[in-house]
Amino acid sequence: MKKSLAFISLLIFFVGMEFAAFSQQQRFPKPEFESGYTQPVTSMPVPSNGMFALLDVLVLIAALSLITWFILKKRSRTGVIAVSIFSILYFGFFREGCVCSVGSVQNVVLALFNPGYHIPLSALAFFVIPLVYTLFFGRTFCAGVCPLGAVQDVFLMRPVTLKKWLQKALGLIPYIYLGLSVLYAATATDFIICRYDPFVGIFRFNATFFMYAIGAAFLLISIFIARPYCRFFCPYGVILNLVSRVSKNHLTITPSNCIQCKLCESSCPLDAINKPVGVKQMEDKRSATRRFILLGLIIPALMIVGGWTGANFHENLAKVNSKVRLADEMLHFDSKTMEESLEIVGFRTSGKPVKQLYQEASEIVKQFYYGGWILGAFIGLVIGLALSGLSTYRYREDYTPDKGGCVSCARCLKYCPVEK
Amino acid sequence: MEENKKNRRDFLNTCFRFAAGAGIVGIAGVLAVKSQKGDFLWQLDPAKCTQCGRCATSCVVTPSAVKCIHVYDMCGYCDLCGGYFRPNVKNLSTGAENQLCPTGAIKRSYVEDPFFKYEIIDELCIGCGKCVKGCGAFGNGSLQLQVSHDLCVNCNQCAIARDCPSDAFSRVPIEQAYKFAGFKSNKKI
Repeated sequence: MKKSLAFISLLIFFVGMEFAAFSQQQRFPKPEFESGYTQPVTSMPVPSNGMFALLDVLVLIAALSLITWFILKKRSRTGVIAVSIFSILYFGFFREGCVCSVGSVQNVVLALFNPGYHIPLSALAFFVIPLVYTLFFGRTFCAGVCPLGAVQDVFLMRPVTLKKWLQKALGLIPYIYLGLSVLYAATATDFIICRYDPFVGIFRFNATFFMYAIGAAFLLISIFIARPYCRFFCPYGVILNLVSRVSKNHLTITPSNCIQCKLCESSCPLDAINKPVGVKQMEDKRSATRRFILLGLIIPALMIVGGWTGANFHENLAKVNSKVRLADEMLHFDSKTMEESLEIVGFRTSGKPVKQLYQEASEIVKQFYYGGWILGAFIGLVIGLALSGLSTYRYREDYTPDKGGCVSCARCLKYCPVEK
Repeated sequence: MEENKKNRRDFLNTCFRFAAGAGIVGIAGVLAVKSQKGDFLWQLDPAKCTQCGRCATSCVVTPSAVKCIHVYDMCGYCDLCGGYFRPNVKNLSTGAENQLCPTGAIKRSYVEDPFFKYEIIDELCIGCGKCVKGCGAFGNGSLQLQVSHDLCVNCNQCAIARDCPSDAFSRVPIEQAYKFAGFKSNKKI
């Protein structure tokens, strides 16, 4: 009894101490009101968009299923346009372009490399579901479910065909963009895809002048050149392109057998129709072997050169990271000639030792060194494979869609005279 | 021979298809297990905040999703409020020329002698943090900047976090959606 009383009094003493410490912190302790004043509750609003996450995923699945049915079963361009407009309105203007599959690449990479980050389930679903559909049916997601693709597609009025070499050269940009965004997401530096998304500002009616200008430029260009962002920038399109090449039931131009009537030849605004290749153009075995050996030498050489170049640029790449930038600023800070930036002031008030900052920054720079090697080697590999793709002949009898580049927009279908 | 070649290509395609499928399922599986740990939101730590004013300008939402939140439990109900009045103010009245807040988002009302109540009008607050600085410098620090989760669109990479000079932003679990300095919030969401 006595013991417990002592314990309780000790407890009260400690609680009292604690309270005293708390009120001592306050310069002006909270008054004790006599007029019966009741204090308002500190407002802590709950998140608003939590319930939309599930709805978004359901709408995504529904839209994907619908557009796939329109493309593969109904073979209807009108259906594709209808779904496109719905996607622009829902995923674009209503949901303000977020969450989107293109950006979800970065969430996935960040989650894979940083154990502390938990990817939202909706972002994961937006990454995986279009890939699964693409694996089975080709890039039906690009056709009209992705709001970024849809908004460019509805702007296309007077398609112009680009020169083949230009297409191939510009077609390398998405790989570089993907590599960079993976590098920056893996080092938890920045989400560059979201930052430089040209249309999200338009969907939100809220962007910097610079981003509005880029968005408007893309829309203007897409009146003449089909889907400039999708073809020459979209990093998610790279992944879909690769997956779509091995897709099971990709769209075919003709519902039954191709009669080589050439009617569809120039119908594709994306230049994604493979023309028949005559047997005569096939190269002989000796030159093919020589080419194979040559490519086997060129590709590793390109990878090494690319990796070396990337590693040389790693410090420039790392400058994007805020911690590295701060450390760099601190290192070159001269109190006589320079004024302290907000970053330096913020760092000084935090009371963190400078040494620790330098150590953390050099750790990140080291990550960028390895990242630079990998990124450079990847770009070298992509260029090498693009070269090998240019120099191979593949025998083809019929007009077929290029499974990688085709976005299943269904424009070519009505050019085919063959009936089922 | 042609037939052979075609079969080989089909076979390779099938192999790649299964490899791609396995890859997708693998990544999805690993990350789905991880994502079970709950939802995360962006929040700023007032203890680290230096009220630089970038919260007002960097947010993708206009006006910013960062608002000043009044922790009433910490407030001293001062007559001369460092968060409400400009420094060296002549008379303590609600005249616009006396107010520190650029949008007049703080409402001052009399409670009892000599105490005054200060309320934030959320619709007017732009999250510039001027009042937070004043209150922290002269008062108890009961005015604190916080990400208001009903307005925050929870971007992948918070645009303010990128521009924050004092590294005050971080992803927090949804159970601790608000962080107050010098005061523990017990409210569960």
